[in-house]
Amino acid sequence: MPIASQISMVPVVVDDEKCIAEKGCRTCIDVCPLDVLWINEETGKAHMKYDECWYCMPCETDCPTDAVSVNIPYLLR
Amino acid sequence: MTLPDDITVKDVDVLIIGGGTAGPMAAVAAKEKDPTASVMLLEKANVKRSGAISMGMDGLNNAVVPGHSTPEDYVKEITIANDGVLLQKGVMTYAENSFKMIEKLDAWGVYFQKDETGEYDMKKVHHLGTYVLPMPEGHNIKKILYRRLRRHRVTVENRYQAIRLLKDQDGNACGCISLNTRTAEIVVIRAKSVVMCTGAAGRIGLPASGYLYGTYENPSNCGDGHSMAYQAGAELTGLECYQINPLLKDYNGPACAYVTGPLGGYTANSKGDRFIECDYWSGQMMMEFYNELQGGNGPVFLKLDHLAEEIIEEVEHVLHTNERPSRGRFHDGRGTDYRTKMVEMHISEIGFCAGHSASGVWTNEKGETTIPGLYGAGDMASIPHSYMLGAFVFGEICGTNAAEFAEGRDFAELDVEYITAERDRILAPLKRTDGIPPSQFEYKVRRLVNDYLQPPKVTKKMDIGLERLIAMEDDIQHLYARDAHELLRANEAQHIYDCAQMAAVASMYRQESRWGLYHHYVDHPETNNDDWFCHVQLYKNEAGEMVCKKRPIDPYVVELDDNEKNAYAQMRVQQTG
Ligand SMILES: Cc1cc2nc3c(=O)[nH]c(=O)nc-3n(C[C@H](O)[C@H](O)[C@H](O)COP(=O)(O)OP(=O)(O)OC[C@H]3O[C@@H](n4cnc5c(N)ncnc54)[C@H](O)[C@@H]3O)c2cc1C
Ligand code: SF4
Ligand code: SF4
Repeated sequence: MPIASQISMVPVVVDDEKCIAEKGCRTCIDVCPLDVLWINEETGKAHMKYDECWYCMPCETDCPTDAVSVNIPYLLR
Repeated sequence: MTLPDDITVKDVDVLIIGGGTAGPMAAVAAKEKDPTASVMLLEKANVKRSGAISMGMDGLNNAVVPGHSTPEDYVKEITIANDGVLLQKGVMTYAENSFKMIEKLDAWGVYFQKDETGEYDMKKVHHLGTYVLPMPEGHNIKKILYRRLRRHRVTVENRYQAIRLLKDQDGNACGCISLNTRTAEIVVIRAKSVVMCTGAAGRIGLPASGYLYGTYENPSNCGDGHSMAYQAGAELTGLECYQINPLLKDYNGPACAYVTGPLGGYTANSKGDRFIECDYWSGQMMMEFYNELQGGNGPVFLKLDHLAEEIIEEVEHVLHTNERPSRGRFHDGRGTDYRTKMVEMHISEIGFCAGHSASGVWTNEKGETTIPGLYGAGDMASIPHSYMLGAFVFGEICGTNAAEFAEGRDFAELDVEYITAERDRILAPLKRTDGIPPSQFEYKVRRLVNDYLQPPKVTKKMDIGLERLIAMEDDIQHLYARDAHELLRANEAQHIYDCAQMAAVASMYRQESRWGLYHHYVDHPETNNDDWFCHVQLYKNEAGEMVCKKRPIDPYVVELDDNEKNAYAQMRVQQTG
């Protein structure tokens, strides 16, 4: 059964300039109830890896450097 | 026989599954009951921010506070709201412990609104009594619970999805099989008693937006507990009494009659007129909502534009900072201002939830399921309309009783054959190189639920829905996951699939209509108390089939007068003049 990858505009944006994941921070990744934030292998920063978001905001609220912005998922806007 | 090396085993006296609201309370209560017992709290997400109250809560929806109402008043109200079908003893146990729990939470530092005299500032939202206690600064509740877990040395394991319950040879619950959702490692937790606090089954239906995660419930609550209990042979109850809520269209969060109602906001039709007497969520209220939507007076709106500036500011402060804080952004995106525009509302997807409705795993007034040693609290259990405070009260009861059950018991011998077979089944999607992505499988199940199983319920439609669902059984062997995260979704999807079938089977069994929209059965439009004044229990029989049976309603502990019984049937605003 062959498969294809589709692109998706994700609601959560991380500001790479502000994110301090390289210093070991994993706060947003830890708190997300849906486990959709992961470290981006290329940049070493946090990013939204899966488009499965409840727009609940612990990631944004708990980030120590205000690097995370939660937008309303496109389909709901 | 011993377990293969790739399966880790952990032993604890009391295992709590689900660390949202009821779970942390159960864990603390188990420790309070027996400080020497080892207690593990297993959570699919992270207990710091998991479940329905991950960001806080706007208020207690069902506080029974002396001076405002009595436990008897409350039991009556819920009996009427639930069309008489409920375990009154369970609701009474809740009501009698409600105030003690508020005081306990207050002492722990949870802030409840008080008036000038320092009394709890109670608000009337229900049809008859006064039960709503606002907590506008309710954001810190998870932090407070977490501190208690630390203090009591509860072992917290985050990012584990419980997938199957284990039973010993005598049929007692003795642990679970779980999946580490980051590493795809299988971990068996062996326990002497188990409390399930896995929340509602909130991912059965598809939200109108089509976004799989745009559900009313925290999507982490996808019915794992319901499926696990079913597969282990426990009885579930009232599944045909769906949870359906009136929500903000597309955003799918509560419009918050409980917050805005006491301040003068209300649900209105497109003309701006009030059409329901009472905004408290019930099946009868939802029926009127549905009728208004369909009847040409829709859409339905939350009306606030008549309120004074300072009131609107108060509403905004509570609704945009607390329980669903992204709400303000949603409104901003559409240019919606409460001052000038009514806010469009809609009906949620269906779900199973004791917190808001009455559907879930059967539990009695001690929190016991039909499996010895297995307890259930909160939204996944069956004490109706229990909301957040009910989750805390029954969490405490279950934790205490589970600790008592565990006392003096030994660990059961593990069924190696069953566990290894389950390991293979759980991990199978990861072993494939292509196949059906979990998201596609899940979308299809949930789309079928919307097309065929949501009310108005029609036998022919539900027949087709069930047939189409059963045909998907073959697809399970083709589920494909590329990583541990997708494997989590693949296992969730199978639980959602079980729940969808349960919704169909339970709905077709109860051949009458009851609870307003929740079980609005077109082929059987009347309520039939002669044949159906009973619980409907759903379970897996010896042959492995999904079947139902009737369970008589236990004698009431609070009798109702005849003129009280219909209070919730008169929801529509009477036309005057
Ligand atoms: C948006 C919203 C607003 C609400 N507003 C109010 C309000 O204002 N007042 C009020 O009184 N009530 C309110 N409620 C209801 C109240 O929040 C719930 O009834 C209550 O919190 C339920 O508690 P719970 O412990 O059953 O579930 P939850 O707190 O949701 O916890 C369930 C936990 O189980 C975990 N879990 C699920 N499956 C597994 C698994 N397989 N393995 C391990 N862990 C698992 C989940 O990750 C989650 O953390 C609201 C609910 C929602 C969704
Ligand atoms: S919490 Fe903030 S700083 Fe930490 S990893 Fe996430 S985005 Fe980066
Ligand atoms: S908004 Fe919620 S679900 Fe979305 S990424 Fe942040 S924490 Fe996760």
